[in-house]
Amino acid sequence: MIEKVLKGNSNYWMWLAFLGAFIVVGAICYLRQFLFGMYLTGMGRDLSWGLYISQFTFLVGVAAGGLMLVLPYYVHNYKTFGRLTILGEFLAIASLVMCLMFIMADIGQPLRGLNMILHPTPNSMLFWDMCVLLGYLTLNIICGWVILTSERKQVKPPKWVYIFVYISIPFAVSIHTVTAMLYCGLPGRHFWLSAITAPRFLASAFAAGPALIVIACLIMKRVAHFDAGKEAINKLLTIIMYAAIINAFFVCLEFFVGYYSNIPGHMHSLEYLFFGLDHDGHVYNNLVPFMWSSVLLCFGGLGLFAYMKIAKVYTDMLVGIGCLMIFVSLWLDKGLGFVMGGLVVNPLNQIVEYYPTANEIGITLGIWATGFFLVTVLYKIAVSVEHEVEG
Amino acid sequence: MDKQRRKFLKIAGATALAGISAPVVVKLTSSPALASSEHGEVAEHGAATHGEANQAEGHGAEQAPQGVRLGMLIDMRRLYGRPDLLEKAKAACHKVHNVPDIGNTKSEIKWIWPAPFENVFPEHSSYHESKITKENNFLALCNHCNEPPCVRVCPTKATFRVEANGIVAMDFHRCIGCRFCMMGCPYGARSFNWKDPRPYIKEYNPDFPTRMRGVVEKCNFCGERLALGQEPACLEAVKEVGAIVFGDLNDPDSEIRQRLDEEHTIQRKPSLGTKPSVFYIV
Amino acid sequence: MYNKGLIIPGLIIFVLLVTFPLWFNAFSKASAVPKPDLPPGGEKECVAPLAVIRASHMALLNEWRDDVLRNNDRVAVTVAGKQYRKGLQTACMQCHSNKEKFCDSCHAYASVKPYCWDCHLTATDVAKKKETH
Repeated sequence: MIEKVLKGNSNYWMWLAFLGAFIVVGAICYLRQFLFGMYLTGMGRDLSWGLYISQFTFLVGVAAGGLMLVLPYYVHNYKTFGRLTILGEFLAIASLVMCLMFIMADIGQPLRGLNMILHPTPNSMLFWDMCVLLGYLTLNIICGWVILTSERKQVKPPKWVYIFVYISIPFAVSIHTVTAMLYCGLPGRHFWLSAITAPRFLASAFAAGPALIVIACLIMKRVAHFDAGKEAINKLLTIIMYAAIINAFFVCLEFFVGYYSNIPGHMHSLEYLFFGLDHDGHVYNNLVPFMWSSVLLCFGGLGLFAYMKIAKVYTDMLVGIGCLMIFVSLWLDKGLGFVMGGLVVNPLNQIVEYYPTANEIGITLGIWATGFFLVTVLYKIAVSVEHEVEG
Repeated sequence: MDKQRRKFLKIAGATALAGISAPVVVKLTSSPALASSEHGEVAEHGAATHGEANQAEGHGAEQAPQGVRLGMLIDMRRLYGRPDLLEKAKAACHKVHNVPDIGNTKSEIKWIWPAPFENVFPEHSSYHESKITKENNFLALCNHCNEPPCVRVCPTKATFRVEANGIVAMDFHRCIGCRFCMMGCPYGARSFNWKDPRPYIKEYNPDFPTRMRGVVEKCNFCGERLALGQEPACLEAVKEVGAIVFGDLNDPDSEIRQRLDEEHTIQRKPSLGTKPSVFYIV
Repeated sequence: MYNKGLIIPGLIIFVLLVTFPLWFNAFSKASAVPKPDLPPGGEKECVAPLAVIRASHMALLNEWRDDVLRNNDRVAVTVAGKQYRKGLQTACMQCHSNKEKFCDSCHAYASVKPYCWDCHLTATDVAKKKETH
């Protein structure tokens, strides 16, 4: 089926070339970082996790989002999602590859990465994160490939693949729970030390993943003659709405806990993110505009979807705008706000702000471009097989 | 695919899998035997010299069945008004361990350093602090916790607690530089080598290696000095006022335990349950 | 064979290119088996017999590292009556003090690049930044 990748119109190749340019720039930037050291990033002693890990955190969520297509179809027999589950699985593959690339870009001695496998450490959540990420990647590759192949051959998928499909369902929840556990078990980081971190991660994952899939479906409707169907998109929008509302509710709960208890540990990070932190005469507020954009985009997107449901209006344009708003809002919340907000007040109560460097942004964009490249290539295969089958 | 070919491929695959996993199985079931046979060669050379190396940390080993737990008591009262001694302690430690002086707070590496009270003890009240507290800095270093979160989160066991003496040690050979330990440490005691440290080291101590870029480092309670019967470098630096006491917390007769009995001490962030081994008298 | 005139010279050039490292170095200095300089202090005995240490000094160093760092076993190694602390800098390089003439001569020949000296100091390193007091 891989040969499907090699046939495409000029738009397809131009898109891949465009992404390829970013990938090359990213590769050069990474080479610089590999040769000269990680001081080329904006991270420092007090803020030692930055853009790479925050993007990794967000993308694990996007990978988990595929669950929202697999679960209804395979467990609840919701047939409308029949043609879309493969999109969820392929998005998970691309996202997980991006996650692994971000981790490799982030560690100081990447050539020693095998130490995590040679010296397994069950008490470390990073070890389990590696296990579940690689496990989920394998599951998605097996399930996606086997089911797509059997669809191409117009036969029922072999019985054994369903075992992997059913295992992948709790696995999807586990990848993001384990990633949340990286944060919510650290005693020194009070912004993250909350039981609601994991549910919040899952809620935003189940909104962000499907939102990206809906956007991909809308694009493919125009360029690849792939129509997911109005009913499927509507159901996905319902799922996205519920997940986004639950995520917003959880964030509001965080606000309550921080501000009502008035305990500085939990409050200061929120204050820095949303209002700016005043310390020693200097106001630290470089993330404030991003966080309020996140709020506006989230409620704007939700409002748009609500209007569409109530007024029974449905256009592709509105769906696309709404999903984009939700996706960007969740990216700002988790990809920028969560990690940076937790680290801005260091364990010695000093404040250090984070500004990524150009080299760091170059690597980040390169990895995102690789992910989109993979998504394009994998979706090309899936859609080509659909067309071949449907004649 | 015809049935014969399929059967062949299945058998070939199973054989390949067995072939690949055989060495792993062999290694797992026989590694104690392997290690001891290599050990034999080295051990016969080193058999004679048990006594001296263990002496410095050994006097607790016979008395306390649960082992030695090294701890440090810093009597800040003897350092008030002596910022020179605080800097001397930092400089002594950094010199002995080839710690680089990067020169900016972003990439700096520090194993022990002076900082204001509200930063070293953020869980203690600095509300209406006394004049002396306001005007003096306090020494911050790795607390060598008894239940260290950094050890709990390290994915490769590159940082670990040495059972024999309670030091939280680092194996720079294994560290992959993921900086999860820096996230886990509630005291900000750890530093990462963002760049090659060697250009930033003024003079080398030939007795101790440097680190390379891409690994995390922190205070190691001078384990290598203790093995030679010496005292920690910071303790020696402030010896004229005797501000630092170092010893076995598990030995009820040790000097540090007696001082802890006599004076009220505080610790950094005790509510987090890390059980630090460093005590302060302020 | 079609295009014999192109293919046979092409093949010959290809084979020559692929075996370049072999014939280029065959008669040059680089292929001579290295003779590492013995310790300048004249010591003749090492922690293990020559054949053993030559084959497994890497494994020995790994074991020493685990002994010292993880097991807190700093029991000294005795060679020819003198005691050395286990470790690359504190034992091996006390006698084999010239990395360039000893360690590098074999490692360069075998094209091995151990990263030991990214951290462990050699006499040349120390001399570059001598103690000033």
